[in-house]
Amino acid sequence: MNLYALTAHEILSKLKSKETTGEEVYHSVLDRIKNIDGNIHAFVRPHNQKAAIPPITPVPMKPIPIAIKDNICIADQETTCCSRILAGFKPPYNATVIEKLIQSGASFLGNTNMDEFAFGSSTENSCFGPTRNPWDTECVPGGSSGGSAAAVAADEAIWALGSDTGGSIRQPASFCGVVGLKPTYGRVSRYGLIAFASSLDQIGPITKDVTDSALLLNIIAGYDPKDSTCVDQPVPDYTQSLINDVQDIKIGIPKEFFVEGMHQEVKEAMTASMEILKKQGVKFLDVSLPHTEFAVATYYIIATAEASSNLARYDGVQYGLRCQPQPPRGTPLVDMYEETRDRGFGPEAKRRIMLGTYSLSAGYYDAYYLRAQKVRTLIKNDFDSVWKECDAILTPTSPTTAFKIGERINDPLAMYLSDICTISANLSGLPAISLPCGFSRNGLPIGLQLMAKPFNEEMLFRVAYAYEQNTEWHKRKISL
Amino acid sequence: MITKEDVKYIASLSRMHLSEEEIALLTKNLEDILLYVALLKKADISRVQPTSHVFPLKNVFREDEPKPSLSQKDALQISTAKRDGFFEVPKVIE
Repeated sequence: MNLYALTAHEILSKLKSKETTGEEVYHSVLDRIKNIDGNIHAFVRPHNQKAAIPPITPVPMKPIPIAIKDNICIADQETTCCSRILAGFKPPYNATVIEKLIQSGASFLGNTNMDEFAFGSSTENSCFGPTRNPWDTECVPGGSSGGSAAAVAADEAIWALGSDTGGSIRQPASFCGVVGLKPTYGRVSRYGLIAFASSLDQIGPITKDVTDSALLLNIIAGYDPKDSTCVDQPVPDYTQSLINDVQDIKIGIPKEFFVEGMHQEVKEAMTASMEILKKQGVKFLDVSLPHTEFAVATYYIIATAEASSNLARYDGVQYGLRCQPQPPRGTPLVDMYEETRDRGFGPEAKRRIMLGTYSLSAGYYDAYYLRAQKVRTLIKNDFDSVWKECDAILTPTSPTTAFKIGERINDPLAMYLSDICTISANLSGLPAISLPCGFSRNGLPIGLQLMAKPFNEEMLFRVAYAYEQNTEWHKRKISL
Repeated sequence: MITKEDVKYIASLSRMHLSEEEIALLTKNLEDILLYVALLKKADISRVQPTSHVFPLKNVFREDEPKPSLSQKDALQISTAKRDGFFEVPKVIE
């Protein structure tokens, strides 16, 4: 078997028994990228260089090659959020998750493609062009972490980091047949993650199986004084939750998530998955999250408001693109701001900045932004009551399988509605995981989502691992 | 109802100078999205406080002690235009 096709835990055991070396693994994956990424375009900037020798540390070394989404800062490596406005930007510091990975002995494969500033659900909004879904190259890989998910699915990375603001880790993981985890808000430091919507963003692992997801969360989780929203709670060893025992665990099924327009094959996969878990001793019950119908609207007001504020910093003054119009239109300073932003931002970024600015502007604030923040409370309260009845919630990750490239790009609202199952976890700060649970008749992966109480990633790993141990979906490989 | 004038005004607040085609498209896009978002009027928000942050974190302070941080040289390294240790911008005051 080729080294690039292994999981991180398989590689770690081969390293332990001295069957391979970190260097061999790294070069196996780099060759894989060279051979197939022309068809997939998961990477926008493969590093193509020998792995930096990691510092000697007291922690166990895990020299696993990792792909990093293009919005997580690696010192002196160009990081652009796949936006023209950050062309040439080389961060002068590492994100905290990168520091932690370096400490673990990781080697870095490159920056992966994404929707510009993580604005999208298909990776089509990248200034570098779309990534293709490895299972069907006519289809999108999902988004916004589409490059990271496609890289892991196509064995172009052993594992990867993505970021999730409204489903940007879970939905592409679902579309590409891999495991994607959005940790609890505050579980992982956001320091060095280029901000989209600061009250929703969270970095998380995209991996080939559940064991790797727990291993990677072990590396990146934990308190960081550099992120004031990072929560000071002890980090358990998440691999302790991989016990294949779910006897008497109660899982809620919220009827509101089984929306109109959901593919029949997705529904069937949910029913079949529940049967598998039932045999393992899980008790299912119907629960209600009555404000779910408001989630997408609430999200698109709050997320765009925060985005318009976060993106105000791209003005040409300190870094990134700087342009002046010819001939000048007004004062040179305002001309510079406007020309830089006109040329630097793509259509979806402009749309979101406009929507966010509108809902924050005088006269509209109460009707849109303040109202959305109050509805956010209602959505969060729904979950607080449901946790009195059950330990976890099971839903599809997406109502459909991967759609065709170009299918939704000219219909922003249809694209926004594809996030319907994932958004509530961000609005409520909950941890949520997507794992492969079947394939459509066309051979496209289907994803199953589990959500749990804040800081109870252990429950997600426990249920997800038990499911995985009793299925083979995660072992299916693409022939490329 | 969103008009082209509204879109031009929001663009000026956003520091963007949009083309006529962009204004036409964004007028339609914002109109569609705001129509959808009007759904929120159905929610009963009379008894809830707004959520700006999911966990009850209050202001997080630290001692005001100097610590190593990014040097002026490193901070300016990434700048588009610099002079004498400053970011350089077009002339602001006539």
